[in-house]
Amino acid sequence: MARKRKEGRKKEEMKMVRIYIMGKEYKVPAGLTIMKAMEYAGYRYIRGAGCRAGFCGACATVYRKEGDYKLYADLACQTTVEDGMWLVQLPFTPANKATYDLEEIKLDDKTLVNFYPEIARCVSCNTCTKACPQELEVMDYIQACLRGDIKKAAELSFDCIQCGLCALRCPAEIAHYHVSQLARRLYGKYIAPKAKHLEKRVEEIKEGKFDKEMKEIMEKSIEELKEMYNSRYIEPEEEEIVVEAD
Amino acid sequence: MYPKEFEKSIRKVEETRQERLKKPPERLGEKEKEELLKKWHPDYKPEAKRKLRVGVSKGSIVPNEVADIIEAYPLINPDEIDLSQIDYETDILIIGGGGAGTAAALFAYYNGISPENIIIATKLRHGDSNTIMAQGGIQAADKENDSPVIHYLDVIGGGHFANKPELVARLVLDAPLIIKWHEELGVMYDKKEDGEMITIHGGGTSRKRMHSAKDYTGMEIMRVLRDEARNIGIEVLEFSPAIDLLIDDEGKVGGALLYNLETDQYYVVKAKAVILATGGFGRLHIQGFPTTNHYGATADGLVMAYRVGAKLRDMDSVQYHPTGVAYPEQIVGLLVTEKVRGLGAQPVNVEGEQFVHPLEPRDVEAAAIIRECYGRNKGVITPTGMRGIWLDSPMIEIIHGKGTIERRLGAMFRMFKRFDIDMRYEPILVFPTLHYQNGGIEINENAQVLGINGIIKGLFAAGEVEGGVHGKNRLMGNSLLDTQVFGRIAGINAAKYSRKAKVGKLSLEHVKKYVEELKKAGIKEERKAPILLPDYREKKVLSRAIDIL
Repeated sequence: MARKRKEGRKKEEMKMVRIYIMGKEYKVPAGLTIMKAMEYAGYRYIRGAGCRAGFCGACATVYRKEGDYKLYADLACQTTVEDGMWLVQLPFTPANKATYDLEEIKLDDKTLVNFYPEIARCVSCNTCTKACPQELEVMDYIQACLRGDIKKAAELSFDCIQCGLCALRCPAEIAHYHVSQLARRLYGKYIAPKAKHLEKRVEEIKEGKFDKEMKEIMEKSIEELKEMYNSRYIEPEEEEIVVEAD
Repeated sequence: MYPKEFEKSIRKVEETRQERLKKPPERLGEKEKEELLKKWHPDYKPEAKRKLRVGVSKGSIVPNEVADIIEAYPLINPDEIDLSQIDYETDILIIGGGGAGTAAALFAYYNGISPENIIIATKLRHGDSNTIMAQGGIQAADKENDSPVIHYLDVIGGGHFANKPELVARLVLDAPLIIKWHEELGVMYDKKEDGEMITIHGGGTSRKRMHSAKDYTGMEIMRVLRDEARNIGIEVLEFSPAIDLLIDDEGKVGGALLYNLETDQYYVVKAKAVILATGGFGRLHIQGFPTTNHYGATADGLVMAYRVGAKLRDMDSVQYHPTGVAYPEQIVGLLVTEKVRGLGAQPVNVEGEQFVHPLEPRDVEAAAIIRECYGRNKGVITPTGMRGIWLDSPMIEIIHGKGTIERRLGAMFRMFKRFDIDMRYEPILVFPTLHYQNGGIEINENAQVLGINGIIKGLFAAGEVEGGVHGKNRLMGNSLLDTQVFGRIAGINAAKYSRKAKVGKLSLEHVKKYVEELKKAGIKEERKAPILLPDYREKKVLSRAIDIL
């Protein structure tokens, strides 16, 4: 199958584009991601490549386009090269993280600003939001942090992949992604409602409620297990209308 | 944006949608599943595998790509390494900075090891791992209608009854404890208003026990654990993969040789206990498949552990995720989470017809898709000649209401939108992709690594690197769980062990012996391992590359 795919690819005529990797020109096939284009050009990543799928934030990239004054920010693994792109990767963001013991934190509207006083320097310029490759409302969540609205900050920042592009662009030198990490943990621990069924199940397991039954099933022969497995009850698919916690 | 030639087929998918909504296809019977797997699953191609010629699992059958790195020479010449100068001395060395390694570090700390005596060494950055990419969820039997015993049966049946029972028992019994621990750390699981976990089915589950944090479940868990490790002050050596383990004069594992990828320097780490949490083999591209895995998934742990005598198990089976991206080309092979099917999207062929139940176990689902494309010729052919089938994502919002995709599948929605495909209104094109190493190093229920004569002292393993938990086929939501359950167990037991352990004089004797064995088996010195990183440079560049500096 893999072989067939390759043959198919060859049939296509390759259209090439020019890119500038740290100022140096290379010609690469159109349609590649920035990450694959750099590899095509001969780069082998040590830094600047992680999950290669938009989840880890290792491939934060900034670029300009010819004739365009803007500085763009994006993920190299999720962005297609364009002709005349000038690019560089920023595989590391120096930014301070507060340290805390979540068990000991006193929760009030000042908690976040106490750990990260620099958020008070936010000038609402929205540069962070423009830099975010996830298109999050970064400035809005920083403002929420400032107001002590932890829930809002947690929700708005949830899809953050911590690439650090916001922090590098911020004129107030805020490390947004560290601030929101604390906001989310506070929300998850102290504000989101607890799962009572979970607590109950943990108690039952600790009391050994399932031990006997577990021992029995572990001793079953494969034939017996097959029989049980093939005749097991499967909870129906239909889903009830879910009211999510907000 | 889809090319014009897809339009006709997309229209057919739209036309059949209402009818398909009424009824998903029947699930397959046991016999039908077996026949389908035998004929169409890539695992059943004998020419893609071979018997190992050396080591404790000599004779066992593994994919050729795995045999290539097992039957390979070390990166270093043991005689040229100076082990007298110790660069780091520690109680616990954890190799791998993903979910398993980080959970192990935290539990070692909870069990009395001070942060200064724990080191995480990792090849990329802390958190760059398959854990962070896990989207769909994590299983735990914590609802009233469910129990760890029911979970056990799902795992064993999904694994084709090849699993190691005591490992499965730990997996399912510890699952609720792990979710509770996460809740206390502040992981934002999806919940209802009253706090009840929102749970759905995954392929092969008999109860809805898939917990999630949108479709960023692994990322949410990983970033919380990493934040906690940073708070505690656990040292992390990034861009410093291990290249071989070290043993002492009693044959116990007593550390590892690390390699600084940026300066080419090696470091000698002496450790009372070593935890392998190096993940799996996706980047070996078994049978040429694209992969969902992160850049560093090159099975380094298998290579190193095998040289100290660890047994391998269930390495003959490979997990192909049924739904990798088949279009657009830029993201071919990346994961389309099973949650898409869990929420109701059906796989349909070029004619808009159903051909398999959306939630069969992964190997069955993958085989059915391959059959549809290559056996029945009912796949959609992309401009690059790849074949795929549609995953009818617009069904999700018809079933669960408008806004569901953005709310619960934000990562998927974003990924396709970046390439101008709106999965709320258009189906997405998928084909199986290399996803998971089902087998691995054999461990016992205390996460101790097993050799031919029982426990290999000083060596623990957790996560994808170990085998036995999932038998011949892992179910969705059990890999994140595996990293957490066995990471925790490894951390606890390594802490206990390291309190009594004394490490003698370090050596690479086992590597020398392994080299002898390779030579005796007539294996030429052509390949070196671990390979550390794949090489995707263009062949034209490589053919003219010279090594000067």
